[in-house]
Amino acid sequence: MTAPAIEVAGLRKSFGSQTVLDGVDLRVERGSVFALLGPNGAGKTTFINILSTLVAPDAGAATVCGHDVVADPEGVKESISLTGQSAAVDEVLTAEENLRMMARLSGFGRAEAAQRATELIDGFGLRDAARKRVKTFSGGMRRRLDLALSLVATPPVIFLDEPTTGLDTRSRQALWAIIRDLAAGGVTILLTTQYLEEADQLADRIAVLDHGTIVAEGTPVELKARVGGDVVELRDAADELVRELPTDGTVDGLRAAIDVLDALGVPGASIAIRKPSLDEAFLALTASSTELQKEAVR
Amino acid sequence: MTALTAPALPGNTAGSRRVGRATATGVFIGRSVRHSLRNVEALTMAIVLPVMLMLLFTFVFGGALDKEGGYVDYVVPGIILLCAGFGASSTAVDVAEDMTNGIVDRFRTMPLRAGGLVTGHVVASLLRNLLATGVVIGVALAVGFRPTANVLEWLGALGMVALFILAITWLYSAIGIAAANPTAASGYGFALLFVPYLSSAFVPTDTMPSWLQWIAQNQPITPIIETIRAFLFGRDPGAELWWALGWCALIIAGAYVWAVWLFGRKAGRR
Repeated sequence: MTAPAIEVAGLRKSFGSQTVLDGVDLRVERGSVFALLGPNGAGKTTFINILSTLVAPDAGAATVCGHDVVADPEGVKESISLTGQSAAVDEVLTAEENLRMMARLSGFGRAEAAQRATELIDGFGLRDAARKRVKTFSGGMRRRLDLALSLVATPPVIFLDEPTTGLDTRSRQALWAIIRDLAAGGVTILLTTQYLEEADQLADRIAVLDHGTIVAEGTPVELKARVGGDVVELRDAADELVRELPTDGTVDGLRAAIDVLDALGVPGASIAIRKPSLDEAFLALTASSTELQKEAVR
Repeated sequence: MTALTAPALPGNTAGSRRVGRATATGVFIGRSVRHSLRNVEALTMAIVLPVMLMLLFTFVFGGALDKEGGYVDYVVPGIILLCAGFGASSTAVDVAEDMTNGIVDRFRTMPLRAGGLVTGHVVASLLRNLLATGVVIGVALAVGFRPTANVLEWLGALGMVALFILAITWLYSAIGIAAANPTAASGYGFALLFVPYLSSAFVPTDTMPSWLQWIAQNQPITPIIETIRAFLFGRDPGAELWWALGWCALIIAGAYVWAVWLFGRKAGRR
């Protein structure tokens, strides 16, 4: 049981002439939350599909809990659950029937399955809707049921492919709370997201995937640090942001930045120093890094 | 937010998760039967259509085709197959819906035989269409159908009907997997519904032009119809039985292999 939860080396995949993954290396430790961050079309879903044995890689190796995805797909399937982008729920059945079905398919007996369904219904706040057909559910409820279905058998590794895409703020935060609880329980979570805030909030480590390669990897703090020093903000009397300037973190650099801001002559101005946001880090790390530089020069 | 915290996850960890093929298939059959029972429109059609067709063929066409009123005895096997074909065609849509919804990938990433999903639909279709067959026979008896079969011959006729339902349902399942979406599946399925008309189901083939006779006599529906007809009236189906069994076996085997191949190929793509 010493193998890392996920280990990937030189993973490649093309569909026809389109290269989707172009040599990805990645290691996810057991019990951690790992976010794979990238824009649309970066190859995130293909990556998850290979790790969950749905799609065969063209080259490279990937193991989940020590099981090779190509040589031992059944071993992988026993260690994972996948929550894909579209909620994989049975709309004709009720929430309770969905959960019971999944429990039966996960090796629970009839009575155990009913009990497990009840636990998850209560745990995911689906009590009121338990006997309603999923067809009538809102997007947030569907997603919650979807996640509950993935947790019926409590696998050691969970893949969440863009778990909060299309959800409102409240549902998103509810899902985040669930993901944090799972992580606290020792489950390894690999999630993909387009939202930097989400990766920042949830993940122990983040990898940025762009055009099929990992362009950066590290903790959220490390990634932010890679963009450079701090940012000095100038705000007017109404606390509206007037100007931001990157600095190198030295006293001289800070003084120079303040001089520039001072020259703007904003009445009642205040300044603040902050770390660059993950958005800025993301832009800097992907192809559009030039935009941030333009921003700094202006 | 407190209501949303994940439950303490009791110890059902990896290792003991694998379920047997029989259990998984049983669960999938239960799921598909539930789907059938809840699709009220389809279930209503499965019962109303046999009644309407039976009445249509007996009272509207029957008088023209046989003044003595004996047409009802001739046409019953044809209507059974027409209804079963219609009832089975919804399997293509059911399977296509599962294939385009994320649920199939969930099953595929579980340690079980995900193809049981399709088997579930096939078994549900068999049950649904045997029910429709019962309705056809019931209405037929009410409007003057007088078969002379003994118990064994009845079983032979019903067995032939069941085999036909299985064959056409497997074919529709494969079509459902092949189709890009449920609407397309429904469209492809519709074409198959005309095949019974080009057989001895409704009129003897010798009333057709000779080129059509050749098609009608050499397509699978005709020996199946003739076998059922023979059993219902206590005759020996002879070679027709072997042709019927051969055709059904061939269709089931071909559709099954096609379905399995497509099912594997379409993993992870929606």
